[in-house]
Amino acid sequence: MIDQIRSLLEQHPMIPLNFGALADDANLYDAGLTSFASVQMMLALEEEFDIEFPETMLTRRTFSSLASIADAVSQLTRKAA
Amino acid sequence: MDAKTFDSKSLLDSLFENGILFESGVDGLYGRSGAFEDVIERFERLVTRLGAPDKATRIHFPPGMSRATLEKSGYMKSFPQLAGCVHSFMGGEREHAQLLGMMADGGDWTELQKATDLALTPAACYPLYPTIAARGPVPAQGLLFELSSYCFRHEPSKDPARMQLFRMREFVKIGTAEQVRSFRESWLKRGRAMIESLDLPCEVDLANDPFFGRGGRMMANNQRDQGLKFELLIPVTSIEKPTACLSFNYHQDHFGQTWGLKFADGEFCHSACVGFGLERVALALFRHHGPDAEAWPAAVRDVLWGV
Repeated sequence: MIDQIRSLLEQHPMIPLNFGALADDANLYDAGLTSFASVQMMLALEEEFDIEFPETMLTRRTFSSLASIADAVSQLTRKAA
Repeated sequence: MDAKTFDSKSLLDSLFENGILFESGVDGLYGRSGAFEDVIERFERLVTRLGAPDKATRIHFPPGMSRATLEKSGYMKSFPQLAGCVHSFMGGEREHAQLLGMMADGGDWTELQKATDLALTPAACYPLYPTIAARGPVPAQGLLFELSSYCFRHEPSKDPARMQLFRMREFVKIGTAEQVRSFRESWLKRGRAMIESLDLPCEVDLANDPFFGRGGRMMANNQRDQGLKFELLIPVTSIEKPTACLSFNYHQDHFGQTWGLKFADGEFCHSACVGFGLERVALALFRHHGPDAEAWPAAVRDVLWGV
């Protein structure tokens, strides 16, 4: 799942981060992720995985690394299944 | 202005009845009395006096700003629901006749208008950043500005403390993270002391901006998690939900990056602002001290009119 997320985000024109060079647990905000880009990321993930993040998950922590994103996405896709 | 009733409608009605505000037919758009303006003028002088030791450069921008500047600032990403662009008729005689016809029929004639280069200023500091960036590198000690402008936000409401056109006075510090944070700290102290000197009840609390949509929920959570915004709240139309009359905002290097505001060594500047909602402070004063400013407590009058 992490690789799917990495390649999705890498192709996103409004998230200018080099995801290919980032470790799974690297902090994305430290790598330059802005609040606005994190919103774009949230919307792209919802579309790709056909999920909706509940408000409790719309936090800085959820989107702080590829690993924590994958964790959140897999929780939500499991629920949907 | 009964001391026990705290609700929007009774306050608004009482402001109209006492000739302090005048109705325009549009919610959030009011005429102001001379007494109301006098309070605002005196409060602005108080703000300027408290900020005087810092030697800020004063700039007054008009209530309209460059639309291109608003677009580049990112305002439409965060607050599309609040923005207002100025539109004008740019057609010829044929279109003019069409427009009058549509108007007479009660149709939507505004579709014959086109967007101009102007947008209404949403916060006093928006026009500042590109103006300063164009002047070259920011000096090591940073820069400090004092601004005042009418601002527009599209949020029609019966709450007199939520006007669509209102004035905001601001101090803006542009500098290092440390400089702008200590600027904000100093105003958190000064702001509270100032409001207490006006004998108004207040509290300072962590806050967030009304970012648009679900993405906005996330922006708001981020803003809170990072402690970027504080507000000084005064009960005006509700005790449970007091009104934000001053706000203290740390933008990190958002505007530095957006506008290329840099020091000579190429580092991006951080910025912070403290904003004073002038109508809101005036409303709080009328709400708590009564409709007749001449009958306000002597200590309050002394702070505003004494110097």
